[in-house]
Amino acid sequence: MLYRENGQFKTSYVADQQIFPIAQDRIAIGLLLLVAFVVMPLAGSEYLFRAVLIPFLILALAALGLNILVGYCGQISLGTGAFMAVGAYGAYNFLVRIDGMPLIGAMLLGGLSATVVGVLFGVPSLRIKGLYLAVATLAAQFFTDWAFLRVGWFTNNSTSGSVSVAGLNVFGLPIESPVAKYLFCLSVVCVFALAAKNLTRSATGRQWMAIRDMDVAAAVIGIRPVYAKLTAFAVSSFIVGVAGVLWAFVHLGAWEPAAFSIDRSFQLLFMVIIGGLGSIMGAFFGAAFIVILPIILDQVPHWFGIPLSTATTSHLVHMIFGALIVFFLIAEPHGLAKLWSIGKQKLRLWPFPH
Amino acid sequence: MMMNDMPQVAQAQEQASARRIGDVVLDLQNISLSFGGVKALTNISFDVREHEIRSIIGPNGAGKSSMLNVINGVYHPQEGRILFRGEPRQRMEPHMAAAQGIARTFQNIALFKGMSVLDNIMTGRNLKMKCGLLAHALYWGRAQKEEIEHRVKVEEIIDFLEIQDIRKTPVGALPYGLQKRVELGRALAAEPNLLLLDEPMAGMNVEEKQDMCRFILDVNDQFGTTIVLIEHDMGVVMDISDRVVVLDYGKKIGDGVPDEVRSNEDVIRAYLGTSH
Repeated sequence: MLYRENGQFKTSYVADQQIFPIAQDRIAIGLLLLVAFVVMPLAGSEYLFRAVLIPFLILALAALGLNILVGYCGQISLGTGAFMAVGAYGAYNFLVRIDGMPLIGAMLLGGLSATVVGVLFGVPSLRIKGLYLAVATLAAQFFTDWAFLRVGWFTNNSTSGSVSVAGLNVFGLPIESPVAKYLFCLSVVCVFALAAKNLTRSATGRQWMAIRDMDVAAAVIGIRPVYAKLTAFAVSSFIVGVAGVLWAFVHLGAWEPAAFSIDRSFQLLFMVIIGGLGSIMGAFFGAAFIVILPIILDQVPHWFGIPLSTATTSHLVHMIFGALIVFFLIAEPHGLAKLWSIGKQKLRLWPFPH
Repeated sequence: MMMNDMPQVAQAQEQASARRIGDVVLDLQNISLSFGGVKALTNISFDVREHEIRSIIGPNGAGKSSMLNVINGVYHPQEGRILFRGEPRQRMEPHMAAAQGIARTFQNIALFKGMSVLDNIMTGRNLKMKCGLLAHALYWGRAQKEEIEHRVKVEEIIDFLEIQDIRKTPVGALPYGLQKRVELGRALAAEPNLLLLDEPMAGMNVEEKQDMCRFILDVNDQFGTTIVLIEHDMGVVMDISDRVVVLDYGKKIGDGVPDEVRSNEDVIRAYLGTSH
């Protein structure tokens, strides 16, 4: 009943092209940001930040980057973990080797390193498509695993193969406490989500989607496939690279190449598929589903006082989680974001049939 | 009253002049195209004059669509020369043809199914939009201004094609006839001077065909766009074309104004199907 757009007439193209053209949506997103930026830091526990919110935000950012490539441009990639690793190790090297390099600078330079590697591994996409491209990007995964494990220069010749960063700060503010880390991640995610949304609703995004939907027709109306595909690889791996920096620097603190293994690539691809291909919102839904749902499922037996061993719970969580993925994909192959928009569509008319 | 009538008269004269057939814009000389051992086109020559509606007809498999693909750079003929605006054309890719003002629609609808009608037509203006990646990421400012300028143009096309009510609908959800219309809109969005239409009326009912004919004639009349048309409906072809070229088995068997073609023995034989 409350979700009505009656009387909200658009009188200019600016108004019609807003990200959230419906007033209720704008209010909802405003409230959500208020909760995220103000209420959470005041009310959240350390566990909530460390184990739930920070991983959720960072993986949502990585999924967002991957969604630009897979969902918007239609190029399947299994090298996401690799691009995260390149971002993380790239930023690490810039931070260690250049005196006085600020965190934001290192983060952006790490993202740019990932861009370079991403574009390089995106070159095969000019000739091959679909599953074959997925296999080609898999090469990135094995290549970076090898490079960061075997080439000492990348890890500053650390004997254990593990590297760490400490004493992070942004403009003099220390990023040490869980709240500070959370707020830092949240800000970065908001900035990138907005930039990604802007890209996808402008001419660049339309070029990507045109290549995804019908590449011959796209070329015929003057889109250069080379440019469109490589910009998608560049933007996607930049965002994924920045997510890698956050994951390594802010979430882990100390890491080794295994933190960015092939498992990570698969996990992110699942997030994008379950959340919704070609949707910014979908990246967040997917990350929430994969990061937060297992944690909740894990807690359920405790709430009801069911005496289950930890091992049994963890097996059950895996089984229920798997079943839920199958269920959601059958119920709506276009992901949670599509379910969400169908729900909104229905709500606009409810309780009337027409 | 007299004063009010004056601009209309001037406008009518201007339209009449836009319609006047001009010089040769596209000259195809001895085009041969083959795929391995299969000869799709053999030694075909014809020209297209400015502002005219030039139809290509022929039985299935005659090489009509291949001909369009040669014109806009999807296929590269092994032999022959193409002069576009008097300049011999080098090997070119489809996006380069688009940059020279050649737009087209496809026999099997080739819209971007996941995008709305508005976005599809906006994509047609892609070559006219100059902002870069960073401006798009920032959006507010230059990119938004550009977006709105082009939105105004796109809305004109939406009005012209009478599809205002479906502008936000994903094209995959539209009926066939409307999809064809949207595809025409996307091609028009590029403001082409040469428009290639590959069976724009295939699979339509009579009313949809009439609408589409009206749009094609209006485009030709109002914008002076040169049109190369492939169509199977002979009634339509003979009605709206200025000149017709007939292909059969990759060879040209007829060329001329509709009446000449209609009475051409070879053409009648190809269509009525005697043994080859």
